[in-house]
Amino acid sequence: MAVKKFVTGNFYDEAVLFPAVKKVRRAGYKIHDVFTPFPIHGLDTAMGLRDTSLHTAGFVYGITGTATAVGFITWALTRDWPINFGGKPFFALPAWIPICFELTVLFAAVGMVLTFCYLCQLAPFVKKDHFNPRSTDDTFVMALECTDKTNESEAMNFLQSLGAVEVQVQYKETGWWLGRYDKDTKRFEKKEQAPEAVH
Amino acid sequence: MGLLRYESQARPPLVDGNKDYHQVTEDICRPVEARPSKLWWIGFLVSVALLAFGILSVTMEVMYGVGQWNLNKTVGWGWDITNFVWWVGIGHAGTLISAILLLFRQGWRTGVNRAAEAMTIFAVMCAGQFPIWHMGRVWDAFFVLPYPNTRGPLWVNFNSPLLWDVFAISTYFTVSLLFWYSGLIPDLATLRDRAKQKWRKAFYGVAAFGWTGSTKHWQRHEALSLVLAGLSTPLVLSVHTIVSFDFATSVVPGWHTTIFPPYFVAGAIFSGFAMVQTLLVVTRKVLGLEEYITIEHIDVMNKVIVLTGSIVGIAYLTELFISWYGANEYENFAFMENRVNINSPYGWSYFIMMGCNVLSPQIFWIRKMRRNLLVTFFMSILVNIGMWFERFVIIVTSIYRDYLPSAWSTYYTPTIWEVGFYLGTFGLFFTCYFLFSKFFPVIALAEIKHILKRSGDGFKEKMDEIEQESASEFGEKHGHDHGA
Repeated sequence: MAVKKFVTGNFYDEAVLFPAVKKVRRAGYKIHDVFTPFPIHGLDTAMGLRDTSLHTAGFVYGITGTATAVGFITWALTRDWPINFGGKPFFALPAWIPICFELTVLFAAVGMVLTFCYLCQLAPFVKKDHFNPRSTDDTFVMALECTDKTNESEAMNFLQSLGAVEVQVQYKETGWWLGRYDKDTKRFEKKEQAPEAVH
Repeated sequence: MGLLRYESQARPPLVDGNKDYHQVTEDICRPVEARPSKLWWIGFLVSVALLAFGILSVTMEVMYGVGQWNLNKTVGWGWDITNFVWWVGIGHAGTLISAILLLFRQGWRTGVNRAAEAMTIFAVMCAGQFPIWHMGRVWDAFFVLPYPNTRGPLWVNFNSPLLWDVFAISTYFTVSLLFWYSGLIPDLATLRDRAKQKWRKAFYGVAAFGWTGSTKHWQRHEALSLVLAGLSTPLVLSVHTIVSFDFATSVVPGWHTTIFPPYFVAGAIFSGFAMVQTLLVVTRKVLGLEEYITIEHIDVMNKVIVLTGSIVGIAYLTELFISWYGANEYENFAFMENRVNINSPYGWSYFIMMGCNVLSPQIFWIRKMRRNLLVTFFMSILVNIGMWFERFVIIVTSIYRDYLPSAWSTYYTPTIWEVGFYLGTFGLFFTCYFLFSKFFPVIALAEIKHILKRSGDGFKEKMDEIEQESASEFGEKHGHDHGA
């Protein structure tokens, strides 16, 4: 597998991280990812990540659950083996509401969690690299992806000037565990004028 | 451009002791990484012993049949279904804290949600035991599932509240488990990255699912949590509603009431919060987490207890009034004779219920009492007892003397195996809880860090400066940055 080069910097404060993300993108560097110990609201938009469609997936799973329940119970109690329960109609929809509701919730929840695990490639025994173990503790680690045109020392100095510490170059083997951000990340577009590309 | 969001000074801090992110990690991981204390071992072994006794009791029941329990002709649902409803109810507080309070953006939930969710899962596990073993021929328990069988296939009765229960409880357990574990993954990753011993690295490495803390993953994680909270909220209401349907859809006087669903849900949250208090008052002390589960948290939960306790009280009185106003003599008999009449065989249980659930929580109108740990602990036990008696009153006093006086049962007392089964579920519950508190962080690390700069002690002080600023300046400096 190919080996990729990254310049990583560690940020100790969100207040420093936010402008840094902005400036790094404006300078034309490609942010591979920012690893944080907790969710930081607004960081995804600052990085230009599109919003997740996980909600929509959840809705679709939920509807599937409702349809499964209504369809199956209707078939079982009106077609396959209608049974007279105390003279009540075979098609007793009000009595099925509880089960239809439960299956809606069950399908939506299970489906969403599985989709979440699939999209983020999370599973038991999966090992991934996140550049700096402190990023699950107390610091925010930014990783810039380098191309062969990138001048690393310039990138390192740039990160340092933005407030990053422990700036270093790291080599990683590419693979699915590095994630698929290329498709997700929108290019940074400056409103007034086109950014001057560094590489 | 800071992330310090303004929060009123009037709100007390949710994390005491001027912490930074690393200290939060250290404090919450310490009990997990340290060797278990003597107290932990004692508690754990007592729980395992109780569990063993429970297993023995269940074995007796399976070997000799449900006759091992003292159920009789009319009291077919005795301690076991009482315990079932009691345990399910306890679970509800966990979902309330983790889901409903998330939707309401209540910051204080972060200190207690992890432990409360764990409690939910263990409580539902305990609850599920009762209907399963009550089946008698437990090896046929899978008959409750709609699977294509060789008898037709003959499907289960989807119109029956008992089947609704099967779906409700199993969905509730699954969704709670997913919600809890998806929240745990980032915290397990923290433990994995801190791990020094080999087995820890391996264990948390597997358990953390390869979490990295990537921004995109957090974005999805947030979306997932929010939708799961949105799903769990109606779910938790539906679960106890359906449990109450087990009774409300029958024609037994005392059960046949439309007030049951809201009344059961309020009661469930009431008893659940009492159990959360019981657990957390001890946990915070033993694990030294007083700065995270503060007196503020205890205070707020006691407010929920007095609120839900009063709702339950109103429900009791409404029920009583309607039994008189409805002028149905059977209904009237169930309430006035079987319950309120203190000289009737089970009259005493009605008054224990009233005393523990309606009168005693009123003490929490006093702020000093809400913030007193001893009072809180004592009250939480009292409420748990009261809520157990509520279910006992509803079940047993309704069925031991109903329409036919010739079928009235003699006094129903449980056998040692029936009691043992109940004690066994305590064993199961606490064994799980002790293991959880040893191997998992009992406080949601990431969520505490998330609110730290808004509600942390040290950061709270800076709010003073913000209060002096003009609105436009504040927006300039502290507003969220949504893109360039």
